[in-house]
Amino acid sequence: MTPRRAEHVAIGLMVSGAFLALAILFFIIAVIMIKGLPHITARFLLDNPMDMGRAGGIFSTIVSTVYLLVVSLVIAIPLGVGTAIYLTEYTEEGKITKIVRFGTECLAGVPSIILGLFGFILFVIKLGFGWSVLSGGISLAIMILPVIIRTSEEAIKSVPQAFRDVNEVLGGSKWQGVTRLVLPNAAPGILTGVILSVGRGIGETAVVIFTLGTSLRTPFSIFDSGRSMAVHFYILAREGISMDNAYATAAVLVFSILIINIFSYYLMHKFVEARR
Amino acid sequence: MTVDYTLKAEGFNLFYGEFHALKNLNLSIKRNTVTALIGPSGCGKSTLLRSFNRMNDLIPGVKTEGAIFFDGEDITKETVNLVRLRQKIGMVFQRPNPFPLSIRDNITFGPRVMGEKKSDVLDEIVEDSLKRVGLWEVLKEDLNRNALALSDEQQQRLCIARLLAVKPEIVLMDEPCSALDPIATLRIEELMLELKRRYTVVVVTHNMQQAARVSDETGLMYLGELVEFDKTKKIFTSPSQKITEDYVTGKFG
Ligand SMILES: Nc1ncnc2c1ncn2[C@@H]1O[C@H](COP(=O)(O)OP(=O)(O)O)[C@@H](O)[C@H]1O
Ligand SMILES: [Mg+2]
Repeated sequence: MTPRRAEHVAIGLMVSGAFLALAILFFIIAVIMIKGLPHITARFLLDNPMDMGRAGGIFSTIVSTVYLLVVSLVIAIPLGVGTAIYLTEYTEEGKITKIVRFGTECLAGVPSIILGLFGFILFVIKLGFGWSVLSGGISLAIMILPVIIRTSEEAIKSVPQAFRDVNEVLGGSKWQGVTRLVLPNAAPGILTGVILSVGRGIGETAVVIFTLGTSLRTPFSIFDSGRSMAVHFYILAREGISMDNAYATAAVLVFSILIINIFSYYLMHKFVEARR
Repeated sequence: MTVDYTLKAEGFNLFYGEFHALKNLNLSIKRNTVTALIGPSGCGKSTLLRSFNRMNDLIPGVKTEGAIFFDGEDITKETVNLVRLRQKIGMVFQRPNPFPLSIRDNITFGPRVMGEKKSDVLDEIVEDSLKRVGLWEVLKEDLNRNALALSDEQQQRLCIARLLAVKPEIVLMDEPCSALDPIATLRIEELMLELKRRYTVVVVTHNMQQAARVSDETGLMYLGELVEFDKTKKIFTSPSQKITEDYVTGKFG
């Protein structure tokens, strides 16, 4: 085969690969939408599930999902961004940063079912939080922490060194440089990480089922149990309770992920625009 | 008449780890003058400039020996208040590097980190600083525009204005025109001459004509040593060192 031919073949393979990926994505979305959309009504969104989810809607699972995500983000964002700031701005590259980075990589590699079990044993049992938004929020926070740390670190590193130098020249402290220059300029990148995490968290079942539990009641207190949409879908489908409602729930899930992505894209665009 | 020196290096040495980057430097910089530092690249000009406001502190493994006096105080001492030092001795970098903020916010950045909050005081600082760099008339209607929308020359002027906003006494410039076209370069040089009425300017430059045009005194550095330091006219017409003569006549560099 001549190099030229080889190149053509390679390009052909790559293009078909890309098309295949797209095709699979569309297929999945199409199936879910076709099977799910007809069952989505205002009542489905606003009514609580009845008869284990055979009837009624999914309102309480939407509340549980949002509640769970908010709690996990409230924990993971400060912790993750803080770690990233510490790693990039306050330490020399060296042993400590290597250890912390290695730790995060390992954490990222822990299978979510193990994380779920860990959360169950530590938060649900040992610390006595029970199946609750708190247990679920902390566990999910642990799961998304590596993503937030890594994306924040990249975002912070991409802020030009010159800004820090000028801050120094103008008599700004390190902390002032971080809060006034580094973080605002890293914000779009950090936001990307947060969105990625929301996407992962919204679809997570293994961690959530062990820690948030499966209660269909609407959680109010942080110590209440709940059932996220993803878990609801899983239970409906696995126990054959109602395939129609399972698909409808999945459609709502996919829809929310899409909306979150589009919204964040728009936000980021705005943000970048505003700084032009 | 006694000469009024503002910066004075005495037996100053700097090491990057093992590497001896500045070797036993002795020089004095007069108030309200422009001093040029010239020499081939890698000879330590930027390092010396950064020693004047301790910007080398950011680099791990830097050690110094000897002293640099600023208004009589040895600024190489551990106990020096760096925030105050840097407010008095400011620095402009090679590439224009405005923050991606409005023109106004760029200029008020320094005063604000120092705790100034009153908007009328800040307004005054903005106007005053922009006037000093010749941008006020052009930009006074556009203070909320993003600084990145300005031309390179305007950006560099803005960076100088941002520095003047914290009321320095000395302005250090590290090849401030190297990213600018020749016409913009000439105009920034005029600005330097303007600035020396109120400030002391030390400028590192690659450009021999620039040194000749703007400076009162010139130092030639070579391999970490200050080979010769004298009145600019003398350096360019009758230098006492062979290396200086070769350098200013373009035989090497
Ligand atoms: N951060 C650093 N670490 C180690 N060596 C450095 C560092 N910065 C500069 N040097 C070395 O010090 C010497 C002087 O550099 P510099 O002051 O930048 O020269 P100039 O500005 O005259 O071109 C060079 O040999 C350079 O390699
Ligand atoms: Mg240099």
